[in-house]
Amino acid sequence: MITLSGVHKSFGPNRVLRGVDLTIAKGESMVIIGGSGTGKSVLLKSVLGLVTPDAGSITLDGQDVTKGDRDAFLARFGMLFQGGALFDSLKVWENVAFRLLRGTMARPKAEAREIAIEKLRRVGLKPETADLFPAELSGGMQKRVGLARAIAASPEIIFFDEPTTGLDPIMSGVINDLIREIVVEMGATAMTITHDMSSVRAIADKVAMLHDGLIRWTGPVGEMDATPDPYVQQFIHGRATGPIAAVR
Amino acid sequence: MILTAPLAALGRMTLALLAATGRIALFAAAIVSHIFRPPFYPREFGQALMQIGWFSLPVVGLTAVFTGGALALQIYSGGARFNAEAVVPSIVAIGMVRELGPVLGGLMVAARVASSIAAEIGTMKVTEQIDALVTLSTNPLKYLAVPRVLAATLAVPVLVAVGDAIGIAGGWMVGVQRLGFNSATYLQNTADFLEVWDVTSGQWKGAAFGFIVAVMGCYHGMNSGRGAQGVGAATKAAVVGASVLILAANYLLTEVFFSA
Repeated sequence: MITLSGVHKSFGPNRVLRGVDLTIAKGESMVIIGGSGTGKSVLLKSVLGLVTPDAGSITLDGQDVTKGDRDAFLARFGMLFQGGALFDSLKVWENVAFRLLRGTMARPKAEAREIAIEKLRRVGLKPETADLFPAELSGGMQKRVGLARAIAASPEIIFFDEPTTGLDPIMSGVINDLIREIVVEMGATAMTITHDMSSVRAIADKVAMLHDGLIRWTGPVGEMDATPDPYVQQFIHGRATGPIAAVR
Repeated sequence: MILTAPLAALGRMTLALLAATGRIALFAAAIVSHIFRPPFYPREFGQALMQIGWFSLPVVGLTAVFTGGALALQIYSGGARFNAEAVVPSIVAIGMVRELGPVLGGLMVAARVASSIAAEIGTMKVTEQIDALVTLSTNPLKYLAVPRVLAATLAVPVLVAVGDAIGIAGGWMVGVQRLGFNSATYLQNTADFLEVWDVTSGQWKGAAFGFIVAVMGCYHGMNSGRGAQGVGAATKAAVVGASVLILAANYLLTEVFFSA
């Protein structure tokens, strides 16, 4: 279980997170929605320790994420970055098997390659893709490779940062379905940040809305449409008028 | 107020410079502390060695051959004022191995390597590849900076040695073809006046310059700003910083090595 309590983070005078409280249960798929620049990525990176909160606490199964063995902590996570964040200088299979080729999870090269090809197949890519470089792939394929890398070491927790940004609606649907299938299949805890409502409906068990540095609403995805919360209603229907300023 | 404003600006600049120097020194110390601690990345080290050493050879060689030739011409015409044309071979050799080989080689590597390291790592930062490394339990400093700094520190002395030889050959070519020196006498004079320390001091300088180039490239890349402008600024800062530090380090090392 991931628990955030009173998390604050500022960058200079810009107060991005102003006391975020959120709990994500084990095996649950939580989707955090909110407009651009509301601190969704900062929140996600705070859990991973890529950003250090100014105040508040973040725990994983009761343990403070900033303390203890960092490698062991990170070994429990997989992450799909917004732009894929694939390493340009490495072949696709080396990207997927990155964790399996180094460090405490290192395996023989042939075995790591085999696992990488299996994971690529799982995300719908042919084995021939394995020996290409990321620059030779389309945006959708790069997202799939990123997804394959995120699940390569069978993590307990997977984070998805804007998984469908920059993709056409059909490819977005494919990625959303893949994420849902994989999360269910692995029994993983998932945290996704997005402003794509089709992703929310396809991926989420629960939804949290982040606005102005605070969680404004949280609840099961089935209750999202019926909630009277004006922030959620404006956001999910994409209205220009409402409590969320259109110009931020 | 008007009178004190320039002083305040000077003070701010000095403080900023000192703070940057401190940050770079800590960054360099962190890299050195990681060199001998596992995990090691031999493949990344090998790639860096090829990129920094092997692929810099043409530019360093061309710089050396033209510098050696120009040096021979300058010393010949200058020496002619007091009938000392005969010193051309020895001065070309000493000038190349002690000063021009390491400094010009270092500056050329700074232009080629510091820029490419800063641009590559800066782009990795902007595209979240460095964050991805962290999430994959890999220390970016260890994976990206240590192999490059180690490779540059080892490769630049070799580049300097090759550049020295090519520079001396350039001087010999001009001396024999343009200035009428006897080939065998020119080479004999070069060998007679050159001491081992002349050569090794240049290698030590090369190692120091290689270290500076890679540290500046990595530091500015890892601290790059956002977008193309941020990466461009990081690249420029890496090249300018490395070049200035090479010249300053050259003076300090020359003081240490050759002051009586």
